[in-house]
Parts: sequence; structure tokens; C-alpha cells
Amino acid sequence: MIRSELIQKLADENPHLYQRDVEKIVNTIFEEVIEAMARGDRVELRGFGAFSVKKRDQRIGRNPRTGEAVAVEEKHVPFFKTGKLLRDRLNGG
Amino acid sequence: MADKTLTRMDLADAVHSQVGLSRNDSADLVESVLTHVSDSLVKGETVKISSFGTFSVREKAARVGRNPKTGEEVPIHPRRVLTFRPSHLMKDRVAAGNKR
Repeated sequence: MIRSELIQKLADENPHLYQRDVEKIVNTIFEEVIEAMARGDRVELRGFGAFSVKKRDQRIGRNPRTGEAVAVEEKHVPFFKTGKLLRDRLNGG
Repeated sequence: MADKTLTRMDLADAVHSQVGLSRNDSADLVESVLTHVSDSLVKGETVKISSFGTFSVREKAARVGRNPKTGEEVPIHPRRVLTFRPSHLMKDRVAAGNKR
């Protein structure tokens, strides 16, 4: 399923809403999650999962082609942990 | 870094203030989005949200695990796990926003 198919499903279920509003709703939800993580916040959606930010320490990396050592700065990466209910549902629970 | 935790309610508030739907309808729509994504994954589909990321289901084979405390061998059954791969846009924004 891709974004446009998700929007279509929601539009079909909500005939009282304009298509452009459904698009705006979906965009707002995903945008809000990104903005929260960009601030360093967590987004916990019980049953579905939680989005959080993990810190990766600085390290000495290596150019795999030349073998040359390069300094890699500390950085923050997005992380998703599946919620219990969804994990169980994936396994027929 | 703010270190706050947002919930469904915060997402619904954003929908309420940015789209102008009632709080109730906004909450219902947030729930519908999560339900559709979950249902699609449970069917084994991949969910690709452009500029956000991709959720995919991976099949894990059975293997013999070990209780790290007792050393006892325990069978781990085959199972399906969900992985999320963030988009480049998400990675870049999260990295930029949390710098220093």
C-alpha cells in the first residue's frame, strides 16, 4: 500500500470529506511524527508502535574502497519499535 | 532536545487545528490511518509512505535460542516481524533537528 492508496481508502470511508482534506489529514499526521522526532520527542501509538530517536556516537569509520580511516560525527537516527498488539496480529494473534 | 512523548491525542490535535475537523472526527481519522496501515501489514503487504518511510514484514525462520541466564536451549518458532525503514527526508530532518 502506498500513500495515495491509503488516502483513497480513507476517502471512500468518509464521503462527507473533500479528497483534498483527506490528503491534508494524512499529510498532517505523518508530518507531525517527523516534526516530533526532529525535536527529539517520541511518538507513542499504543498497539501500533513507537517512533523515537536514537543517538549514534561519533566513531572512526573506514572508506570500504580505500581502507582509509575517516571520522564519523555523532548523529541521531529515527527508530521504530513495533507495538505489542500489532506484533501479535502479524503472528496470527 | 525536548524529550516529550506524543500520543494519538497530539496527532488528532494537529489534524483538528490544521484541517479544521472536530476533535472527535480528528481522533477517528488518526485511528483509521493506523488501522489501515496495520491491516495492510497483517496481510503481508509493504506500506510505503513517500517522504516518510517504508514498513515491511519479514519472515524469520525457526532457530534454536538459548536462555542467557540458564544456558538452556529453547526453540524459537518461525515468526513475522515488522521493520521500518525511514525515508532520506526523515533521516535528514531528524539528524538536523537533533544536532548538538
